[in-house]
Amino acid sequence: MSDAIPDTVLEVRDLHVRIASRRGTVRAVDGVSFEVPRGEALGLVGESGSGKSMTLRAILGLLPPEAQVTSGQILLDGVDLVQLGRSDFNRIRGPKISMIFQEPMSALNPVMRVGRQIAEGPEVHLGYSRARAADRALELMRRVGIPDPERRFRAYPHEFSGGMRQRVMIAIALSCDPEIILCDEPTTALDVTIQDQILRLLARLCRESGVSLVFVTHDLPVVAQVCQHIAVMYGGQLVERGDVREVLLDPRHPYTLGLVRSAPDFEYVRESLVPIPGSPPSLITPPPGCRFHPRCAFVEEDCRVTDTPLRLLPGGRATACLHYERCLEAVAADRARP
Amino acid sequence: MAGIIILGVIVGMAIAAPLLTSYNPITQNLNATLLGPSAHHLLGTDQLGRDTWTRLLYGLRLDLRIAFIAVLFPFCLGTVLGCLAGYFGGSADVIIMRLVDIVVAFPFYVLVIALVFVLGPGARSIYIAITVVGWVSYARIIRGEILVAKRQDYVLAAQAGGLSSLRIMGRHLLPNVVTQAFIYAMSDIVQDILAIVTLGYFGLGIPAPTADLGSMINDGQNFLSTHWQLTTIPGLVVVVVGLGLSLIGDGLADLLRPGQS
Repeated sequence: MSDAIPDTVLEVRDLHVRIASRRGTVRAVDGVSFEVPRGEALGLVGESGSGKSMTLRAILGLLPPEAQVTSGQILLDGVDLVQLGRSDFNRIRGPKISMIFQEPMSALNPVMRVGRQIAEGPEVHLGYSRARAADRALELMRRVGIPDPERRFRAYPHEFSGGMRQRVMIAIALSCDPEIILCDEPTTALDVTIQDQILRLLARLCRESGVSLVFVTHDLPVVAQVCQHIAVMYGGQLVERGDVREVLLDPRHPYTLGLVRSAPDFEYVRESLVPIPGSPPSLITPPPGCRFHPRCAFVEEDCRVTDTPLRLLPGGRATACLHYERCLEAVAADRARP
Repeated sequence: MAGIIILGVIVGMAIAAPLLTSYNPITQNLNATLLGPSAHHLLGTDQLGRDTWTRLLYGLRLDLRIAFIAVLFPFCLGTVLGCLAGYFGGSADVIIMRLVDIVVAFPFYVLVIALVFVLGPGARSIYIAITVVGWVSYARIIRGEILVAKRQDYVLAAQAGGLSSLRIMGRHLLPNVVTQAFIYAMSDIVQDILAIVTLGYFGLGIPAPTADLGSMINDGQNFLSTHWQLTTIPGLVVVVVGLGLSLIGDGLADLLRPGQS
């Protein structure tokens, strides 16, 4: 526990999550490791069903009843959350770690006044009186840019627009001054213009208050805007990890390359959008060897049989690809085109 | 809104009973038995010379009071147990829902009458019997609503905020689902009033000589061919009360359900 790097807020080590289903055990998260430095943001990207959301819920200790962490560690300030009991966990959720959801409408209680929802955390966790917690809520509403907080305090969620609701969610997540906020696609349900405002707000909070973010999304430009680090998930495993600009401009894994090529309005050079052929692997019976090999353009014989753990590359990056040089060539070829 | 007017008038009459009559509901006047309606006795008198109008008002007053109190206990008990069963699931759910199955296996009236028979007549027995039998409907309604509501993101968000289960149930889930139980309570009161009247009719209600609609119907039965009003009027009052409450229940359902979305 003590060997965690001091400036790392959250460290996930070799996390495995299994889900029991009628058709077999789903290996939803299969040996994922990453670190989140203090005050910085990590983007966790991947397709639907790649295990991003399960990773988040495992960190929060809120896996659905049929899912369970089978091995690995989740260290928050050196404390292993996997070993934590229910009531100890409730002392951590809120003051140390909190979450922002994708759908701000459904994540707010429809019959409770917005201000009271923001004030609830400080009342429960920080022992604030009702009045002091209300002051705290007003201050937070101002901080996340909700106009006229005194009046809005008494409003119900349905009286807010989508962007304002998401600001309320952010205020709730911030209410007990956590060290890290987990964001589950917080801008997917919003208009593009509102999306930009929310991302700027999150990036600003990250800078100003030193809170760290884990940002789950499948939207690469969003990651590029907010995050310093990126971890790419495929089929329950990490396939690539590193600095966000390096990874997105110069991918070292064919899956990342495929994601970058298939994403619109990203700075990566290309002629037109190129979709990734095929569909995500079954996590009940994953393909042997590299999980991406059935869809990979660069596949070779050893990819079908050899396990592919993350390997460190120069510059603090890591890739799971056995033949990542092929990506370098492909990127160079993309660049060479006029 | 017709329901509110009907019930308002009836409750008003029940509350204002001492102002609307100058007679005492239990004082007998054996010189004036079985009189027909007149200026002195609006609805005549019964076989013991008691003013029927007076007994009607006081009987209504008593039955309404017992019904409104009786509906509270099963409402609270059923809501709490249904909430626990729905939220925690597992063994709590199994135990509570098997209890529900046991109670619903008996017809409502049979069980209420049997319980009051065992416990002895009186208001306290009625409360206990109606609570024991009535909570199951609330438990089922609330459990179902909680099962749906607990899958909502706001519950996950509350859990992510480190709130205790008790707080999540009390502050976040119950306020979202309790309206359904409230709407049901409106129709449940009707059932409770009918149960109280039925118990009175069987002599298991409030002991004589206290005025109660059920015992009035029973007492008047012997004189049905000559003094039909002794039985028919209390019966009609029960029907009107039931109608008023049902209309209010429907109105509440229309008013509250769309706001749930």
